[in-house]
Amino acid sequence: MDYFLTEEQKMIQELAAQIAAEKVRPTRAKLDENDEFPWEIMKTLAQADLFGLYIPEEYGGMGGGIFENCLAVEQLGGACIGVATTFAASGLGAYPILLFGSEDLKHKYLPQIASGKRLAAFGLTEPGAGSDVSGIKTTAVKDGDHYILNGSKQWITNGGEAEIYSVLAITDRSKGARGASFFVVETGDPGFSFGKKEKKLGIRASATRELIFQDCRIPKERLIGREGMGFIVAMKTFDKSRPGIAALGVGLSQGALDLAVEYARKRVQFEKPIISFQAIQHKLADMATKTEAARALVYSIARFMDSNPNDVSKVAAMCKMYAADVAMEVSTNAVQVLGGYGYMQDYPVEKMMRDAKILQIYEGTNEIQRNIIGQELNKEYGRMKDTFF
Amino acid sequence: MHIAVCIKQVPDTRNVRIDPDTHTLVRQGVESIINPFDLFAVEAALKIKDENNARVTVVTMGPPQATEALRDTMGLGVDDAVLLSDRAFAGSDTWATSTTLAAAIKKMGDVDLILCGKQAVDGDTAQVGPEMAALLDIPYATFVKKIDLGDGNSIRAIRQTDEGTEIWKLPTPALLTVIKEIGEPRVPSLRFKMRAKKAEIPVWGAADLGLDTNCVGLCGSFTQVVRIFSPPRRTDRILIEGSVEEQAERLFNYMKQSRVPGI
Ligand SMILES: Cc1cc2nc3c(=O)[nH]c(=O)nc-3n(C[C@H](O)[C@H](O)[C@H](O)COP(=O)(O)OP(=O)(O)OC[C@H]3O[C@@H](n4cnc5c(N)ncnc54)[C@H](O)[C@@H]3O)c2cc1C
Ligand SMILES: Cc1cc2nc3c(=O)[nH]c(=O)nc-3n(C[C@H](O)[C@H](O)[C@H](O)COP(=O)(O)OP(=O)(O)OC[C@H]3O[C@@H](n4cnc5c(N)ncnc54)[C@H](O)[C@@H]3O)c2cc1C
Repeated sequence: MDYFLTEEQKMIQELAAQIAAEKVRPTRAKLDENDEFPWEIMKTLAQADLFGLYIPEEYGGMGGGIFENCLAVEQLGGACIGVATTFAASGLGAYPILLFGSEDLKHKYLPQIASGKRLAAFGLTEPGAGSDVSGIKTTAVKDGDHYILNGSKQWITNGGEAEIYSVLAITDRSKGARGASFFVVETGDPGFSFGKKEKKLGIRASATRELIFQDCRIPKERLIGREGMGFIVAMKTFDKSRPGIAALGVGLSQGALDLAVEYARKRVQFEKPIISFQAIQHKLADMATKTEAARALVYSIARFMDSNPNDVSKVAAMCKMYAADVAMEVSTNAVQVLGGYGYMQDYPVEKMMRDAKILQIYEGTNEIQRNIIGQELNKEYGRMKDTFF
Repeated sequence: MHIAVCIKQVPDTRNVRIDPDTHTLVRQGVESIINPFDLFAVEAALKIKDENNARVTVVTMGPPQATEALRDTMGLGVDDAVLLSDRAFAGSDTWATSTTLAAAIKKMGDVDLILCGKQAVDGDTAQVGPEMAALLDIPYATFVKKIDLGDGNSIRAIRQTDEGTEIWKLPTPALLTVIKEIGEPRVPSLRFKMRAKKAEIPVWGAADLGLDTNCVGLCGSFTQVVRIFSPPRRTDRILIEGSVEEQAERLFNYMKQSRVPGI
């Protein structure tokens, strides 16, 4: 398929594909087996200028948009979404600053993130607050020129490895939905520490840790936007980041499909390559069709979002949800096509299947995505005066 | 500091075929790549640039398509590139190649260090580097695995030899040919790639280099390829194994059987 990419977009795609092939594919099994954080690859991605694709040039980025970032994420995700999640999560951490931060915060942090010199992370989830973000308990209390944070964040991607954290905390519980605010917390801030690294089903190259705040004192200028905007910042950030998760799904699906087709052409049973069996062909046909459908959806939504339309929650949720479901299905079927070999760690598809599951859970579970789409439909149609009957 | 790196475009030897009749490389449909050792030379230059105030220029003699190879190295961070291309350069042997490259280095005027690969994977002679140094009348060292800048008027080169390592101090300007151990080539960067895409790459011909067309290309070559063939397979070989004593005994018996004179 030709998606009519510009010269520059093709360059991004090629560069990310080269890094995926030369640096990620050969190391992914080892990173997975050892729960190893991919520092070497992060350095390579930094040197390749890929961390700043979506960041404006005035803050040291390449001045592209969500689409450019998706192109890179897709290629990396084709090799390993553990590595690609690490890369993409830095963007998730950067968006609150980029969208709502003061000029000072932007000038201070975005160039560091864009150059890849420092990784960012996004801290929202807590033990009692997953899908229901309003359940967070972490507090930030103003004390003169500082805020003092107390509480903890759970399962934070890049936790302990990143140096710049966008963190959501309650600033005024009495204000309900307008009582939370985002802050930048840096590694080394007094009272900020990390919990143990989590053991996971998949994306083991990605580090997931608890963030612990014990009378963590930060300058008041680290407030992102205004007090009380926290939940809006979170929602707008997810709108921007969800196409990236979808791109991970497209990459993973393509990676699994490539392996499955190549294998099916070579594996001989009953004296024929298994691809000659219609059952296998149909499986591959569905895998290929859904992968392409997911890609077409993500590309068109990412491009649409880069035109800065007003309300994107519905479409952002659609591409995340669809591409994640496709990735789970395609990788599961890739294991089936490879049979027992697919189940063995000697082949990369079992890892892809383990990895794919996270796409349906983080950045809002797929159920939550469907809730968002459903609620938006209800609103949209509620505004219509005409009837379709 | 100005560093010039000589790179050569070669057929991708990982998938070349040999024509069974003519025994020559089937070049058609074979992708061109940058000679792998020359990428190490580029990496060596960029490493110096990373830590010092240095400018890196790549130069290649080749057909117009070789511009792509030059742009690729600019994507890695090379500052400038020059293509040496002229109908008159066609058919160059190593001497004519070196003559042309040396003239280009002279024209640049301010080159302090010239880096080459240890050899080209197609021609494989490893002559071009040393020949250039001789033509330019500057010192050179081959098979270099590490380069340290000295006081500004000299460099230190660590050579890998079969016997071990040698540390050489060379006054600049100097020429070094490098090996793999100098460091894996880096990946390109998006900014450099975008700049490379737009970069104007000058093309210098014989006239620009002040070279007489009789001194370059086929006319300027002392050697000519008359015929290329794969040596016939020798079938009359046997392998003698065992301990040294056993091998000696078997060899002796074999020679006796074969009635080697004097045994
Ligand atoms: C590897 C990993 C990395 C993560 N990285 C980060 C990070 O960097 N930053 C961060 O802030 N968080 C991160 N998270 C947290 C992640 O976003 C949450 O796990 C996710 O939002 C779901 O929350 P939960 O796990 O508490 O599930 P719950 O909210 O408890 O949900 C449990 C189940 O109930 C369903 N459910 C809940 N509410 C509804 C509803 N209203 N309607 C229908 N179904 C519902 C869910 O879909 C799910 O199936 C990460 C999680 C993991 C596993
Ligand atoms: C006897 C003989 C006859 C030949 N006749 C012909 C002929 O008729 N027609 C023909 O097309 N070719 C011919 N060639 C091939 C051509 O001369 C060589 O490819 C060329 O001179 C380089 O030599 P090499 O490949 O052995 O490089 P080496 O000497 O092994 O290369 C060492 C280093 O020199 C540098 N270098 C080499 N070539 C170039 C270049 N072109 N530009 C920039 N840097 C370079 C690189 O840094 C390289 O790593 C002939 C070669 C030989 C040996």
